[in-house]
Amino acid sequence: MTTATATEKAPAADGGSILLTLMKLRTFIALFAVIAFFSIFAPNFLSAANIILMSKHVALNAFLAMGMTFVIITGGIDLSVGSIVGLCGMVAGGLILNGIDLQIGYTMYFNVVEVCLITLFVGVVIGAINGLLITKLNVAPFIATLGTLYVARGFALLSSDGQTFPNLIGKEELATTGFGFLGSGRIIGLPVSIWILIVVALAAAYVAKYVPIGRQIFAVGGNERAARMSGIRVDRVKMFVYMFSGFCAAIVGIVISSELMASHPATGNSFELNAIAAAVLGGTSMSGGRGTIGGTIIGAFVIGILSDGLVMMGVSSFWQMVIKGIVIIVAVVVDQAQRRLQQQVTLMQLAKKG
Amino acid sequence: MAAETHDTILKLDDVTKVYSGIVAVKHASLELKRGAVNVLVGENGAGKSTLMRMIAGVEKPSLGRILLEGKEVEFNSPADAQKHGIGMVFQELNLFGNLSVAENIFATREITRGLRGIDHKAQVEKANQFLDKLDAGISAETMVEDLPIGQQQLVEIAKAISLDTRILILDEPTSALSAAEVDILFKVIGELKAQGVAIVYISHRLEELMRIGDYITVLRDGQITGQAMVRDIDTKWIVRSMIGSDAKDFAKSLDHKLGAEAFRSEDICLPRKTGGFAVDHLSISVRAGEVLGIYGLMGAGRSEFFECVIGQYAHSTGRIFVAGEEIIAKDTSTRIRKGLALIPEDRQREGLVQVLSIAANLTLASLEKFVKAGFHISGDRERSAIAESIRNLSIKAPNPDFDVTSMSGGNQQKVVIGKALMTNPKVLLMDEPSRGIDVGAKADVFRTMRRLASEGLAILFSTSDLEEVMALSDRIAVMSNGKVTTILDRADATEELIVKAASEGHKSAEHKTTGELA
Repeated sequence: MTTATATEKAPAADGGSILLTLMKLRTFIALFAVIAFFSIFAPNFLSAANIILMSKHVALNAFLAMGMTFVIITGGIDLSVGSIVGLCGMVAGGLILNGIDLQIGYTMYFNVVEVCLITLFVGVVIGAINGLLITKLNVAPFIATLGTLYVARGFALLSSDGQTFPNLIGKEELATTGFGFLGSGRIIGLPVSIWILIVVALAAAYVAKYVPIGRQIFAVGGNERAARMSGIRVDRVKMFVYMFSGFCAAIVGIVISSELMASHPATGNSFELNAIAAAVLGGTSMSGGRGTIGGTIIGAFVIGILSDGLVMMGVSSFWQMVIKGIVIIVAVVVDQAQRRLQQQVTLMQLAKKG
Repeated sequence: MAAETHDTILKLDDVTKVYSGIVAVKHASLELKRGAVNVLVGENGAGKSTLMRMIAGVEKPSLGRILLEGKEVEFNSPADAQKHGIGMVFQELNLFGNLSVAENIFATREITRGLRGIDHKAQVEKANQFLDKLDAGISAETMVEDLPIGQQQLVEIAKAISLDTRILILDEPTSALSAAEVDILFKVIGELKAQGVAIVYISHRLEELMRIGDYITVLRDGQITGQAMVRDIDTKWIVRSMIGSDAKDFAKSLDHKLGAEAFRSEDICLPRKTGGFAVDHLSISVRAGEVLGIYGLMGAGRSEFFECVIGQYAHSTGRIFVAGEEIIAKDTSTRIRKGLALIPEDRQREGLVQVLSIAANLTLASLEKFVKAGFHISGDRERSAIAESIRNLSIKAPNPDFDVTSMSGGNQQKVVIGKALMTNPKVLLMDEPSRGIDVGAKADVFRTMRRLASEGLAILFSTSDLEEVMALSDRIAVMSNGKVTTILDRADATEELIVKAASEGHKSAEHKTTGELA
């Protein structure tokens, strides 16, 4: 949202500029294209029930993709989000079902709000560990988060010996009931998870545009050395993005276990790849410095609608993978072409000015 | 010597090279003589390196011809030039640190044994021959990254020699060499000369040029301003041709009283990786409203000193005071908040965030100034500050929301200056503020410096342009080899004094090493 609007104000005079504007709006165009395509070829695609169902699917990926967007803008990557989803689901489920055994004959139970807060805290802590590894110990983001990917998944499996925590209904006398509200409740007709997505997305977009740390995220990704020289506390910025990514993953963990009323330790496997795909589709540059929250959300919708629509059309899941892969590759190719065109247009404007 | 019999091997005929917006070389004609050392001097940015890069095939001239032994040639790549027997040792080393010395020397022309792959043994043997010729004392099997810079330089030279070159270009080959290594290099140059190789030698160290050169060419602002036989001239002549007589457009100094001491550094030290100090116990004091020019050649430690002051090196030592208050915090953010600001030398790598807009770059270092309620950036306040800065510095920005890279180098530099000024500094450190910008923008930058000084800012700026340091500074500090060798008032400063002081640090170091050897 931030950089796109800034550059879109440039006068669109000649053919190059029109093409450029089209390319900038490519994610929108892709979104309309998939919606138009499936409303014709997939029955019931445009029914309210289906749209809400799809949005719920999309929301899960969109949360992760938002966190991923900030991380990628700083020039990093977070592979651990899928495992954080799994571990946080287990933390939430475990707290509701078993509480914390204090080893002195008592077991402590928390109410649902407390459970959610603790779970979010766990997500943020894992994000902070990623951040510390990357900033203080100079581990490459890819490796650091690959490590936490395994560690978090391992702990998730250990927490229940690989079993599912079933029936998270809770007990009235312990005030642990009502966990299902997050996953299946509705406020003014919209699922709660969609409302949470709207709130978090608006907050993230606001941070990107109007809060110093947002600007600094872009600066660090655009030119880390210059950012350092300008007095930006680069380490702090990086800590923030990984912690935010962990926070988003924790939300997804809670929402999924609330939807299923059960937590399974393998939840969230390979979610990180979908999140990266959504961010890239939304125009986030893997080399850092470029990306928008709005673009990422649209990217998540394109991917989500594509897979749900193909299911409704009865396309085999093997073909779905092929199609998804092609869409991602095309998105990046167009992105590169846009960048080149952009440079040409800028040079031409410079030349005209003399 | 039989200097008269040298014939021309390569001729540059009226060549011009234009980069985006900047003319680096203007209508230069140059003849390189066979079996002689052709010396090229000029200040930084005078166009020496560009000229040589055209000969070595790295760049193509925008206009003009290159004649090799009378025939017009066109080099499309360095490999092309190499085929014609032209080798170049670049100022920045072009070695693969992760490969061995032998592999580096034979990169792209490995000795192979058909299907059995590279003959490492033969490569090492041959490489050792070249290295022995240089008395380098390096084994060809060592990894290049394990060698100190001086020896890496020797590897580069060995590589160039191994090409059987007819023309060998050495761009500041001695900048990283010790006195003993320089002697060996000169011996090798002498041998190559005897074999009829034409040598092009670029250096800032005048005494070296006088010692080894046969022909000398002086460049200024991309133009050739003097050509002579070395034995006919003296250092005074070189300095005169380097600086010229036509003065550039420097802002008039505004008369104003100097205030109290604004900045003091005591014993700033920065150890060098290869031993010794990049910044060597540097103590300097500047008063409010004063402009202190720091003159020094490349590698004198000016940038390192500035970076120590702004807090980029955790392992630097020494004490820093701003307006009498000692600054203990080591990190850049706190130091900026305490009133220090740096305009880095390398605009692209350290000054700008290219993906951000002009506006975002301007406010990058001072965002907290525009914050309301603890976190919200007030758009109005930010916009008005940006507009003011654009006006004050006469930045030619049609729309502050455009990408910063859409402007010319001079305007980009003004954005970097604007960014530093937005933090309301008391002390402004400017590292080569006029580097790589056109004449008009230079004049603007100089005028801004004068205005800021008259408003009570203490300014330290570094430059390797003699004329600039003479015209702009209230006082001149000359740095050499990490030390301040002299501090002169403007009234007492002469070009010769400065040039002499600029190589003094090396001299004492050389005496020291020879003393140790003896």
